[in-house]
Amino acid sequence: MKLKTILLTTAVSSMAFGAHAADLTVMSWGGSYTKSQVEAYHKPFTAETGISITSVDSDNPATPIKAQVEAGNVTVDVADVEFSDAVRLCDEGLLEEIDTSILPPAPDGTAATDDFIEGAIQDCAIANIVWSTVFAFNRDNNETAPDSIDDFFNLADFPGKRGLRKSAKATLEMALMADGVPADEVYDILDTDEGVDRAFAKLETIKDSIVWWEAGAQPPQLLADGEVVMSTAYNGRIFNAAIAENQPLEVVWDGQILDFDLWVIPKGAPNLEEALKFVAYSTGTERLADQASWISYGPARKSSGAMVGLYSDGKTEMASHMPTAEANLGNALVNNFEFWVDNDAELNERFNAWLAQ
Amino acid sequence: MATMTDDTNLDAHANSPGLTTADGMPLKAALARAQSNAKRRALFLVLPLLLFVLITFIMPIGQMLHRSIHNDGFTLHTDITTKAETPIMVNLRAWFDDNPRGTAPDEQAYAALAQDLLVLRAVKAAGQAGTRINYERSGSRSMFTKAARQARKLEPPFEAAMLDMDDEWADPELWAAMRDSSSAYTPNFYLAAVDLTRDVAGDVTQVDENRRVYGKLFVRTLLLSLLITGTTFLLAYPVAHLLATLPMRHSNLLMILVLLPFWTSLLVRTTSWMVLLQSQGVVNDTLVGTGILADDNRIQMMYNQTGTIVAMTHILLPFMILPLYSVMRTINPSYVRAARSLGATSWTAFRRVYFPQTIPGIGAGALLVFILSVGYYITPALVGGADGQLISNLIAFHMQRSLNWSLAAALAGLLLAGILILYWLYDRLVGIDNLKLG
Repeated sequence: MKLKTILLTTAVSSMAFGAHAADLTVMSWGGSYTKSQVEAYHKPFTAETGISITSVDSDNPATPIKAQVEAGNVTVDVADVEFSDAVRLCDEGLLEEIDTSILPPAPDGTAATDDFIEGAIQDCAIANIVWSTVFAFNRDNNETAPDSIDDFFNLADFPGKRGLRKSAKATLEMALMADGVPADEVYDILDTDEGVDRAFAKLETIKDSIVWWEAGAQPPQLLADGEVVMSTAYNGRIFNAAIAENQPLEVVWDGQILDFDLWVIPKGAPNLEEALKFVAYSTGTERLADQASWISYGPARKSSGAMVGLYSDGKTEMASHMPTAEANLGNALVNNFEFWVDNDAELNERFNAWLAQ
Repeated sequence: MATMTDDTNLDAHANSPGLTTADGMPLKAALARAQSNAKRRALFLVLPLLLFVLITFIMPIGQMLHRSIHNDGFTLHTDITTKAETPIMVNLRAWFDDNPRGTAPDEQAYAALAQDLLVLRAVKAAGQAGTRINYERSGSRSMFTKAARQARKLEPPFEAAMLDMDDEWADPELWAAMRDSSSAYTPNFYLAAVDLTRDVAGDVTQVDENRRVYGKLFVRTLLLSLLITGTTFLLAYPVAHLLATLPMRHSNLLMILVLLPFWTSLLVRTTSWMVLLQSQGVVNDTLVGTGILADDNRIQMMYNQTGTIVAMTHILLPFMILPLYSVMRTINPSYVRAARSLGATSWTAFRRVYFPQTIPGIGAGALLVFILSVGYYITPALVGGADGQLISNLIAFHMQRSLNWSLAAALAGLLLAGILILYWLYDRLVGIDNLKLG
């Protein structure tokens, strides 16, 4: 009798484990961003297909992917990475190629390849959102509201600490833009030694007042605590802190740097078929539009743009909070992934050396 | 009865040769067999631990050290799904073998390169090869990926065709980097880890002033670790003494106060320090509230070295208190009393009698705290800001962000070597037998 029970439990639990193996593991950046994906992609996907999704977070999912693939022990099926990382990992053969024919067409029948924004479809990656690095400030701690990227570097008129992401990417571009370089010349100038010197010289002017952050959830916290008066941040995080949590935070769009986040599938993903299904499903017109109602990141499909409406609180109009809104593009820079794929190592090395000085 | 005889034999003639047991076996062999049985049994008992240590500790460290001198990014491509291995850049390597360092690349060299690019394209290894060269010469990566994409269109003369594609292909630095990378074993990562590099002629030189970082950070890590060891010692010594001398019921309560933070998650403790130390935090608020500080004059105690030192001192304190306590408790109080009764002042009694007896505890505590703080990572990352970063943060950077694992391994290898040297020095100066951990 007892033996029977044990056998039975073992059988049942192994069945449970067997079922568990078909679940998808999706890795993303955590915080309000992951939440938006869970609401807009994961839950409807599970409801429709019965495949449940485990969501895991990382400060930058590109890292664990390389480790997992090289170690031959891949646990993540789908991951959300930045543009330059997607290209780099693909070049290194660490990602599965994604056939664009799996992507559903737009509701009006436009083929997916035409519906996505230019550059959003890569060999191994499909973009889901357009996000941007902006700087934001706390209304309570700034007597006059800053309104341009110059103000971020202007300690005389806007005293106080500044928060910046501890990375050369976006930081150097912003320094150059604040130094008067027009957005369309930033990468040409940054490609020269003098340009890099110029960017570091500009950063040097505020170095002593910088608090460095690494995880996307930190800047809203630093701003809300009054630890810094202004901080660069991912625009959606500021939006959620301001709208959902009623923090007195505001985004300055001048000098914003646009970038994609893309879905990638690591080589050797345990559930490749389901992973492809998930990527196709979540980058459908309706799902992308739905995500934009949870966080202020722009959908990567043109056909989703028109469907973006209200925030999930039912009263905030999303359109003006999107990085791609016309009014916000006045002085905007599109991240040049090729530049960063090439120069990431050198500039970050220099950046680290500069930090340690 | 037979054993009885054996024993008497053994006692009487243990040293005489040719002695046998009752069943005619040489005594030496019988003894060896009996002992080897016992040894085997002992080995069997420790086998799980031995295997565990071997698999989870020795092997990964060996692998890491191997990675620091071995990088086959420019020599071998391994397909991840099929595990098929394809040697890459073979033609170019042959050219390097035939031509000594410093030879300007000729048409033959470019032809070899073009041929290898075709292979890169076929097995999709251009990114991998480019990344490897990018470690030595920045900006090379996209040259490889682009060239591989166009490899099939290349036609002789190859030199002109390659330079037409991108005139940086003629850069002698690039050719030096390719030569260095064309063998999988290289000391270059260790050179990079001490801010050195190899120039075009192959001589070792320092890297540009504005890119030197590792040497500085090794020194800072060492100094900060020594400082933290010193502060934990100063704080822990009186506490441990109090713990050891108080009556049991009081000391137990105190002990719990020492252990409570020890049982709390490291992240929770670090975050608590952030709450206390930040410029709008508890400490600053109190100082401003009591009028000691002006509101616009708050002290910056976090995101700099101060934050790292304060938080790490607190977190590592139990590692100093516990070994000290365990040693102090065994010190007989009558020694000090005897010294006092013989006329020593309390200072002399402490200095000449009590203190020397606590040295094993100090050694153990200091070694523990020092080694832990040399490799500390989370706390400096969270509260250290820019100037409170330690070498471990850069190792993490290369593991996680730049993905240059060979350089990370070289840095870690140097750190490991440094610690082993310190351990050896400690053994020479204090003696490892004097270590008392509890």
